[in-house]
Amino acid sequence: MILDQTLAGKVAKFTGLGICLLITVFPLYWILVTSFKDPGSIFAYPLKYWPTDFSLDNYTGLFEQSNFGVFIGNSLIVSLVAAALATVVSLLAAYVLARFEFVSKGAVMGAFLVTQMIPGFIALGSLYILMTRLYLVDSRAGLVLVYVAVSIPLCTVMLRGFFENVPASLEEAAMVDGCSRLSALFRVLVPVMTPGIAASFIFNFVNCWNELFLSVTLLNSDSNKTVPAALNGFISSYNIDWGSMSAAAVLSIIPTMILFAVASRYIVQGLTAGAVKE
Amino acid sequence: MAVTDTRPAASSRRTAGSRPPAGGRRRFSGRTALVLLAFMLPAIVFVGLFTYYPLLNGISMAFRNYNLNDLSDTSWVGLKNFRTLVGDEMFRGTVRNSIVWVVGSLVPQFLIGFTMALWLRRKFRFRGAYQALVFFPWAVSGFLIGILFRWMFNGEFGVVNDLLMKTHLIDTPVPWLADAKYAMVAVIAANVWYGVTFFAIMILAALQSVPDELYEASAIDGAGKVRTLFSITIPSIRTTLALTVLLRVIWTFNSPELIFGMTGGGPANETHIVTSYMIQVTQEGDYGRASAMGVMVVFVLLLFAIFYLLSVRTRTPRTRRKVVAG
Repeated sequence: MILDQTLAGKVAKFTGLGICLLITVFPLYWILVTSFKDPGSIFAYPLKYWPTDFSLDNYTGLFEQSNFGVFIGNSLIVSLVAAALATVVSLLAAYVLARFEFVSKGAVMGAFLVTQMIPGFIALGSLYILMTRLYLVDSRAGLVLVYVAVSIPLCTVMLRGFFENVPASLEEAAMVDGCSRLSALFRVLVPVMTPGIAASFIFNFVNCWNELFLSVTLLNSDSNKTVPAALNGFISSYNIDWGSMSAAAVLSIIPTMILFAVASRYIVQGLTAGAVKE
Repeated sequence: MAVTDTRPAASSRRTAGSRPPAGGRRRFSGRTALVLLAFMLPAIVFVGLFTYYPLLNGISMAFRNYNLNDLSDTSWVGLKNFRTLVGDEMFRGTVRNSIVWVVGSLVPQFLIGFTMALWLRRKFRFRGAYQALVFFPWAVSGFLIGILFRWMFNGEFGVVNDLLMKTHLIDTPVPWLADAKYAMVAVIAANVWYGVTFFAIMILAALQSVPDELYEASAIDGAGKVRTLFSITIPSIRTTLALTVLLRVIWTFNSPELIFGMTGGGPANETHIVTSYMIQVTQEGDYGRASAMGVMVVFVLLLFAIFYLLSVRTRTPRTRRKVVAG
């Protein structure tokens, strides 16, 4: 084969890939190891690269010293509800944008894409004021509404890409058979597009789960806080308890890791579909 | 491309309350237009109310005296907030830091990501698993990455110093995050780690769209590896490369999460970039000054995007011809 590589080239390539993998995985491994260390041995020298004294003290300490269970619950509720709502709203919009041509379509797409370019922070101050007027400051429902709005543009663009891979004759046939547009969409198209919809949902969920500045700005009472806002609280205090912090970090990574592992292939597809099409 | 779409008919006119007909193969009725409008409405209302309204309001704040600590006078002050910023030593420092942060992060990310994509181009066993593993960091928030690296770069108990001393690259521990000289290096290292895979994945996706025949032809013509890279690979994926770089410049500029988690802008503001400073000012309540910073960021990024896209576009035809000839 013309594209064949030399043995030396192959060795270099796989060594390089191996090093990249090591460097990628190591920080995650390190925080995991730290979280299982006995609180006393975290600051022991020399550093231990293998966990010899497995201890769950950091985890139990975390739940005893803070409302971490509540924070996780809040994050789960807010992220799940916001991701689901955003996916449904985006699905409807993406359907229209993928299937029909109308005059203001370009304007809508443009308006959606612009939101990805402008730093949301410009809006942070006036969003706080708006939420105060709507009596939605320090409420999880308020945060959900904002997260839905933030998620819609990218989610719509992703779903539009998935719609375009499905032939329109599919729902047209259903409509000829007497389905309404809405039922054709949900009975015929949604089942076909499940992988894409799941990927969009997970993408929304991960973004909401990870979001920091909106949650810090809009929530202030301890009972409403989400995980990132709580982590920010740990950092703001001068002496960081690295044991608890590591445990909190590990716990906050787990849900997104699982979801991402399940759907990363589709997410990559969805994100790159627009870029590759020329 | 949408399957059923057609260009809007020349005669189509905007009518209140309904969408103009599509014309061509698929004319939709007024009833359909209403249904479609209903489909679009929730998205438009959400984005309009919670994104565009605060955004435009935020922009207007840039020209007003708007401090949450003293709302007795929120009058129009023109460019005063901007003048204050230009005279602010700290703001000028954050502009310098932003440039170092963006360039310092993107150049290594691009080079390493490109190399990884070239390595990953051909299928090998476990490639899918490898990609998934390497893409993992992307699921973690920049803020949490910041916390992770804050711990790893800890001057006394950090694993980075330990590894560097074990490999004899340094003799004494470096106070990474406490010393202004090293803090930016540490923050950039973390960001490179975080962003490399995004480049790798985007470039890989583009590489897979380059037909094998091009490579075969270039091999028949006796082109070496370097020649093939510069005459075939890079010109073929030019658009994706350009867009990825553009998006990454904008996002890196606009993403202070990692810095927030890792140094909080310290030591002595040495790692504060414009957007992290902006967050700080917002939290202090001076919405006017914070918004002015935001407007400046958007303005500069917009100018950058325009010049960048123009320069990329004018160069494209020449390289295209080269591909055909080569």
